[in-house]
Amino acid sequence: MNAVVSRAGFLTTVQDLGRSGFRQFGVSSGGALDLHALRVANLLVGNQPSLAGIEITFGGLRLYFEDDRVIAWCGGEFDVRVGSTSVPAGHACLVFPDKEVKFDPPKIGCRGWLAISGGIDVPFVLGSRSTDLRANFGGFRGRTLRDGDLVPLGKISKATKILTEKLREEKIARWSPPHGWSNSAKPEPVLRFIRGHDWNRFSSSTLQRLTSETFAVSPDSDRMGVRLDGPELHASENVNFWSEAVAPGTIQVPPSGKPILLLGDCQTIGGYPKIAHVITVDLPLAAQLRAADQVRFREVWPGDAHQFMLEREHNLEQFRRGLEVHFK
Amino acid sequence: MEITPLGDSALIVRVRESFAEAPEEALNAVIGTQYRLENAQLAGVIELAPAYTTVAVFFDPTRVVSAGAKPNGVFDWLAERIRYELRNANEICRDRIETSLVEVPVCYETEFALDLDEVARHAGLHWKEVVDLYCSAEYRVHCVGFTPGFPFLGGLPGKLATPRRDIPRKEVPAGSVGIGGAQTGIYPLKSPGGWNVIGRTPLRLFDPRKNPPALLRAGDRVRFRAITRDEFEKSRR
Repeated sequence: MNAVVSRAGFLTTVQDLGRSGFRQFGVSSGGALDLHALRVANLLVGNQPSLAGIEITFGGLRLYFEDDRVIAWCGGEFDVRVGSTSVPAGHACLVFPDKEVKFDPPKIGCRGWLAISGGIDVPFVLGSRSTDLRANFGGFRGRTLRDGDLVPLGKISKATKILTEKLREEKIARWSPPHGWSNSAKPEPVLRFIRGHDWNRFSSSTLQRLTSETFAVSPDSDRMGVRLDGPELHASENVNFWSEAVAPGTIQVPPSGKPILLLGDCQTIGGYPKIAHVITVDLPLAAQLRAADQVRFREVWPGDAHQFMLEREHNLEQFRRGLEVHFK
Repeated sequence: MEITPLGDSALIVRVRESFAEAPEEALNAVIGTQYRLENAQLAGVIELAPAYTTVAVFFDPTRVVSAGAKPNGVFDWLAERIRYELRNANEICRDRIETSLVEVPVCYETEFALDLDEVARHAGLHWKEVVDLYCSAEYRVHCVGFTPGFPFLGGLPGKLATPRRDIPRKEVPAGSVGIGGAQTGIYPLKSPGGWNVIGRTPLRLFDPRKNPPALLRAGDRVRFRAITRDEFEKSRR
């Protein structure tokens, strides 16, 4: 059975939790830019958290299914409708074959993640179903979705079958995750960071600028990275670097002084000074940044970054257990 | 040996301070380090990524904590284990390192050699001399990156070093062999690029359906062989 794409929208791709093991060959980790949102959406529909879903950028997506499917979405402030019924973020919703699912452009943020029961059943390439747009492989034929695509869906789990019966009356589930998980976009977010290897190559007044001033997102931003306008951060000495590994969250500063915050599709290596790294739990906020958005940065200790991550994993596990009652 | 965080889920092991002075030695030490850490199978480590003087160790902090690290001491716990595995650092470059010698056929005909004349002019050589000199050297993969499978090669004869183009091309064809400063490399995929293109190989440098997906990995040795247009077409089939 398929999802039928009537309108693909601005930039819509198949993504799962990304690739690992191939960085040494220059292959990006990729995957949903907000891994947490995709995991939550998958859990809501009774999928394994690692199943592939759809990443929507700026909306415009319209699709329907060839059989009954349960959907859930998380991300920016999109207006999502099934037929004429509004479906809020974080609520599982039963969709019949004649109903169209529609994502209108978001009021805040720019990306959303849609999980469909059974997941998107495209082949694994290098251990993942994620679309690599730089090298054009993985996902649906290595590319963004287009109008008219028939996207194969996986088999529905036993859990989802039970959930489907429970939703047959009211269609939309009453339960939902914490609001911040399902609605991950914030206006003027503050991204927390830990120091980068080249922190000390910047003067204290430059570092002060990083932590106290506001940056604006440049239109020249994509899944590889968010380019930031505003205060320029020049390193105090000009050093020639041999390239070394970079990662999603890395803030690197090219000679222009305009920092680039790297996201999931970033290259595996970079030769610019690394001033800081946005912590993993704040990458969902970074994934929502769009042109002209204002963003600020705040330093935390590495131990805090790990503590936040452990708490979030713990809470996600609690949430997963809490959901089990709906699948029995 | 410096070990520093690369965000909250990776550490960078700085195996050597500099690269240019002794690339062979630095590269052997880096590959040896990667090899040792691979065999160590440290708890929570997901993958290793070598590049010039460093090896990046990507890990899952929650698994490192499950393995015994304190939540506020994840980096220290892992760094200590990395240091332990890399004790006797002097012996590391002598570890048996498996690298292959790969011959890369290249067609240098005008149609593919977009900047061969520029390289020849810069070197003060005839274009045929450039090709002969280029094919006479042995190269080594210093790093793979930029795009999937892109090898940064060291070993370019000094005379052939040519600055990057002032304005990068929006699209360099897949298989293009280029010179960028003192380095040379091969574009596995159609991509933007600023290197001087001197020829094209029919080989596929990156194939996501294969494992490993890249023809070359850091440490491999490379030789180039000139082929005719006919040979180019034949080997593409």
